[in-house]
Amino acid sequence: MRKLLYFIPALIMAGLGAAFYLQLGKDASVVPSALIDRAAPEFALDPIEGHDRPGLASADFRGQVTVVNVFASWCLPCRAEHPLVMALAERDDIQVAGLNYKDKPEDARRWLAELGDPYDRIGADQTGRVGIDFGVYGVPETFVIDRNGVVRFKHVGPLTEEHVRKSILPAIEALQK
Amino acid sequence: MIPELGNFALALALIVSFVMTGAGLAGAQMGNAAWMVAARPAAIALFGLSSIAFAALTWAFVVSDFSVSNVAANSHSLKPMLYKVSGVWGNHEGSMLLWVLMLSLFGAAVAVLGDNLPPGLRARVLGVQGGIAFGFLLFILLTSNPFDRLDPAPLDGQGLNPLLQDPGLAFHPPMLYLGYVGLSVTFCFAIAALIEGKVDAAWARWVRPWTLAAWSSLTLGIALGSWWAYYELGWGGWWFWDPVENASFMPWLAATALLHSAIVVEKRDALKTWTVLLAIIAFSFSLLGTFLVRSGVLTSVHAFATDPARGLYILLFLLAVIGGSLTLFAIRAPAMKSGGLFAPVSREGALVLNNLLLSTALATVLLGTLYPLFLEVVSGDKVSVGPPFFNATFVPLMIPLIIAMAAGPLMGWKRGDLAGVLSRLKVAGIAVGIAIAVTWWAQSDGPPLALLGIGLAAWLFVGTLIEFAERTRLFRVPLSNSLRRAAGLPRSAWGLLLGHAGVAILVAGVTGSSAWTVEKIQAMAIGEAIDVAGYSFTLDAVTEGQGPNYQYRRAAFTVRHDGKVYDVLEPEKRFFPVERNETTEAAIRSTFLGDLYAVIGDETPQGTWVTRIYFNPLVPWIWAGCLIMVAGGLVSLSDRRLRIGAPQRKRATPSPAPAPAE
Repeated sequence: MRKLLYFIPALIMAGLGAAFYLQLGKDASVVPSALIDRAAPEFALDPIEGHDRPGLASADFRGQVTVVNVFASWCLPCRAEHPLVMALAERDDIQVAGLNYKDKPEDARRWLAELGDPYDRIGADQTGRVGIDFGVYGVPETFVIDRNGVVRFKHVGPLTEEHVRKSILPAIEALQK
Repeated sequence: MIPELGNFALALALIVSFVMTGAGLAGAQMGNAAWMVAARPAAIALFGLSSIAFAALTWAFVVSDFSVSNVAANSHSLKPMLYKVSGVWGNHEGSMLLWVLMLSLFGAAVAVLGDNLPPGLRARVLGVQGGIAFGFLLFILLTSNPFDRLDPAPLDGQGLNPLLQDPGLAFHPPMLYLGYVGLSVTFCFAIAALIEGKVDAAWARWVRPWTLAAWSSLTLGIALGSWWAYYELGWGGWWFWDPVENASFMPWLAATALLHSAIVVEKRDALKTWTVLLAIIAFSFSLLGTFLVRSGVLTSVHAFATDPARGLYILLFLLAVIGGSLTLFAIRAPAMKSGGLFAPVSREGALVLNNLLLSTALATVLLGTLYPLFLEVVSGDKVSVGPPFFNATFVPLMIPLIIAMAAGPLMGWKRGDLAGVLSRLKVAGIAVGIAIAVTWWAQSDGPPLALLGIGLAAWLFVGTLIEFAERTRLFRVPLSNSLRRAAGLPRSAWGLLLGHAGVAILVAGVTGSSAWTVEKIQAMAIGEAIDVAGYSFTLDAVTEGQGPNYQYRRAAFTVRHDGKVYDVLEPEKRFFPVERNETTEAAIRSTFLGDLYAVIGDETPQGTWVTRIYFNPLVPWIWAGCLIMVAGGLVSLSDRRLRIGAPQRKRATPSPAPAPAE
């Protein structure tokens, strides 16, 4: 009986190992948001100064599924995920909106000119107030909002092809039905 | 070409480590003397090859060879040379290579210095060491090769995270790794002892210096990291119970326990299985500490390099090393001869209490760190366990530990005299009263717990001095006599004095900074002044300029005390265009009683500046306490007892003479 006591450390280790294993495939970037299944915050943002895209307001979410991408010219990961946002913009069943977070208009314009502009509408959130309402942890973040203006999905951090394939697209497709 | 040489050296190192494991373990098992001997040159060759690989990577960083993918991702041609070099280990791949380099250095040290070890034990220790190196090298070559090429090579690199471009953080990982890897040696000794089925005083004498060295480096590494967080993150805090901090703190707690239990093995030939288990646990936490940061199993503000793709290998490796060694422990430990029982009130009893409290503390930290993970596995909820949990569980465990710490060293071995010890601690009791009274007089509005903290610090500090005074018969014999006695004391006695006194100072610092910090956040116009803790801060100017690879905004605060100019503080905010990231450089002026701490923020639309001014009481004591503890570890390490050969075991063949004493 006493001999069995010596197995306790090994058993604890086995339990830890199992928990680690179960956790391994999960993605730390999926952070629960208080906004999920709630109406998006009320706001109305001006367009980026001198850029020919309309501004963004909560009323614009009505009637179609919207992907809101929070970006900034000073954010390096935004650059990395940008081609994926461009690819999302190819779809004509959704609207892709940008939330330009704490950015200078001239920097944002240069950035969009350099990398391409996938957004149907862009709200310039220079003070970051709307970002706070959306519970933005850090740029980039991506939200999927349904036809009634309700937030259905949130992704923190840069998108990868896997994220788009496994979560963003299914979320969009579920909302199209 | 040079990166390919590095890559080739790594591949060769993998083979050598395999040979080292096989020759060491199988040779010892079969009693094949030639194989056993072969493990020594293998260990030295492994060190040579890892050095070549590390030098090759360093070269690639120094000359900014951006065709190497790792250099392109983590360096930039405009970076100052110090950070080009520290960039070598400022990323996942390079830090793993640094790990292997240190591991092989210690393996080589055992091979070269291990003349007085029994050949079987030495071969097994080297064999296990080789096995760990094999696991790491395979991990590097399979999943994180630092020498991977990029084609076409980019014109310039992406730069290193600006937060990491800092002298404090340049040396934080190497110190931490030195500690982690140092514990690998004690781990190897523990495994070798389990295979051989015996642990004796000679074994403990070999384990202790390695534990001491590892413990000292860990202490310094953790202190450096904490110091960095203090001045670089600009929150005025220095410890956040963040998973990554906990990951380095847990091996430290285990090493501290091991340090003390090894004394019992050496002096009293008891507590053997426990010490072996602690050695395994300490290294397991080192591995966990290395990998927890990298695998993405825990989310943390520090997780600047996570990659789930590596997780599976890491998990399998952890399972093999930790699971394997714990299973070996379960099978072999019951057969080990345990030493005699001893009285609860005795030096060894106090050391057992120390071990119990430290391991309970370790368990709480582990629970707090991993609880969110388990909850998510079980229920899918995401929570984060923050400082309130640790303050409610960890701190109460430290209170009895510190009380006992003053009394333990005064107790005799085998049978202590509690009443006698307490009567000798009378002076410490008086010191507690004075310290609490003075604190109450100076800061009557703080939390009552702070008084307890200061009282504990005084108790431990004076208690430790009493122990030292007794040894030197201070005040009983003439002072010159006492000084001569102090000089003649074993270094380990000095180590005890410095180690425990350092903890006392640290406790005072921790208490002060958590209880009485003054923080003022405001918008200030140029020329405006604000009072914080009796000092007046005037914002004189805000200027902008260009550093080597950043732009900065610098504020100048004139600090006045009693109407006289005391100092000028110049905090900065730096913007790194390559990485598009900002860092805060707090300006700190340390005084005996605390730090004046100023941070400059953004400009408001009204043209004023957001500033944060703190008075952080007793924070310098934290760093002083840690440095004194490290000094204690190093002094203890230089003890004669640990330098000369341990007493030889009874063996049929005459052994080579122990290394001469210096």
